[in-house]
Amino acid sequence: MAEVTVHGVSRFFGSHAALQDVSIDFPDGGFYGLLGPSGSGKTTLLRMIAGFDFPDAGAIAIGGEDVAALPVQRRRIGMVFQNYALFPNMSVFDNIAFGLSVRGVARKETRDRVEKAVDLVQLSGLGARRPHQLSGGQRQRVALARAIVTRPQVLLLDEPLSALDKSLRVGMQIELKRIQREVGITTIFVTHDQEEALTMSDRIGILRDGRLEQEGPPAEIYDNPASEFAATFLGDANIFRGTVDGNTIHLADGTCLHCREALPPGTRAACAVRPERIMIRSTAGPVEAAAMNSLPARITKRIFAGNSITYLLNWQGETLKAFAQNTGTTPFDEGAAVTLHWAVESTIPLS
Amino acid sequence: MTAAPPPGAQHSQLRPALPLLLPAYLWLTLAIFLPLSAMVFFSFMTDLPLADRSWAMTLGNYAAFFETDLYGRLLLRSLRLGLEVTLYCVLIGFPCAYVLAKVLKGRSREAIFLLVILPFWSNGLVRIFSWAIFLRGGGVIDSALNAVLPFEVSVDLMYSYPAVIIGLVHSYLPYMVLTCYLTLQAIDDSLIEAARSLGASRLTVLRRLIVPLAMPGLIAGAVLIFVPVVGSFMEPRILGGRSGTFYGTVIEDQFVAVFNWPLGAALSFILLAVVLAVLALAAPVLRRQT
Repeated sequence: MAEVTVHGVSRFFGSHAALQDVSIDFPDGGFYGLLGPSGSGKTTLLRMIAGFDFPDAGAIAIGGEDVAALPVQRRRIGMVFQNYALFPNMSVFDNIAFGLSVRGVARKETRDRVEKAVDLVQLSGLGARRPHQLSGGQRQRVALARAIVTRPQVLLLDEPLSALDKSLRVGMQIELKRIQREVGITTIFVTHDQEEALTMSDRIGILRDGRLEQEGPPAEIYDNPASEFAATFLGDANIFRGTVDGNTIHLADGTCLHCREALPPGTRAACAVRPERIMIRSTAGPVEAAAMNSLPARITKRIFAGNSITYLLNWQGETLKAFAQNTGTTPFDEGAAVTLHWAVESTIPLS
Repeated sequence: MTAAPPPGAQHSQLRPALPLLLPAYLWLTLAIFLPLSAMVFFSFMTDLPLADRSWAMTLGNYAAFFETDLYGRLLLRSLRLGLEVTLYCVLIGFPCAYVLAKVLKGRSREAIFLLVILPFWSNGLVRIFSWAIFLRGGGVIDSALNAVLPFEVSVDLMYSYPAVIIGLVHSYLPYMVLTCYLTLQAIDDSLIEAARSLGASRLTVLRRLIVPLAMPGLIAGAVLIFVPVVGSFMEPRILGGRSGTFYGTVIEDQFVAVFNWPLGAALSFILLAVVLAVLALAAPVLRRQT
């Protein structure tokens, strides 16, 4: 296993910068999620770590060794592709054994190692099948077994779950995480699905327009987004804009919102509030404690989702969002005037 | 099959398809089946059924093939020609198709593609005669080489076996490029990337992935080339001269010069049988490859 370091990497396609001065340390044995919208450069970065593409500036090192001069077949990587890219002319066994046979591993050892990999991904007994005879989930497992059987230094996953349907995807997320932990391999995982990134990664890097927007453990990024983009891309957020005065933001209509930290005074700034931190009270209800922010609003839409209810609210012509657990109390009606409350602690100032 | 189709299901599927199938099959019947039947009939006649000639049914035309070893020798020579031309078409056409399908993109691909299919747009006879200008002694190649080289060389390929090969490869190369291009283009680039990520060199990727996956195209191209080349007569006659006697030219002679249609027809059907036998023998080997 090995750590991967990307230092000051840029890549230009013509005049378009696909990546600009990106530096990330991928810790040894960790599961790192690269998250970003399409065109953010996350796949470009993954392909450069793999060796399919080379940076115009900056350096990439795998296990402390600079890999600038190494083409993909000489780097010790395993990769799982979005469409799995199983070889259609080979059986499941031959697909998994491919990486071993091109490296000249002896036949008996190949058989043992393939068998172990097949057991690890729970595909025993399917070795003679052709890829087209497998289900989507099984193909995914073959692709994974093929990528790890060569004992690579780093495992690269390019949106590996996006071709699976929702229920299968959740199961594979857990499986993938289990296998990664068992093998203990440094894994870099590209996704545009924020939920996937949150549930699977030890660390997340959010990319936007070729730049690293924010980086850290999932809970830390979720609870402390540094920018409006990070707040809205990773999870839902209500954004309020106004002028700063200490740790208070004065909104355009004169309302004051208290933030949990101070911002540079006098500047225009924004703060974010997660929808699940907002409590809805009927206007007639009791007045809340001082450590709370509150806003009057009107419910425009109620979306029932079984275990929770999403309310869309209108405040000063802007749409806000709030989640409520389905605890059995009578839900609010559409059109009702309500007051929103949330803790100062939940009001995140954004630069 | 879990359930048998209800009776008449196939029939009801066929009926709406009939208007689409009928013109093609009507044409095939008129243009191929009927003349071919007439040829089969001719091949068993002693002479052409013209006004003042008497004729009878005979097996003599087929027997003639086995009575002298000339026809057998020429047939082997033609089969060898077919194999050689097919081989050269694979060696030249497959790399070209690979570059077209996997390396070039956009406009440059279109331009190169056009160059490949350009021979289809010109008349076959014109192509062959233009080769004659190139190949003959004192021709374009000869003069060009002598203008560059300090010593005198004489390149006179005209009326030789290599000239026939050159002409035939030129005529049939586009088939190989087109069939290989189609199968190569259908190979997902990520398959090649996956193989390389597993440590395979470019040569290994070619040998273990690209060639096996392109095999249907290679086989289709080989059959499209081998079959007509074995029976070819135009290129051997014009470019081969005296060394251009092949099985196909002998058949042509029977129809055009000697006017012995029955023998020509019989030789044609023997060729057809041999070619079918070759393809049938090759089929299991080829099927295992794909």
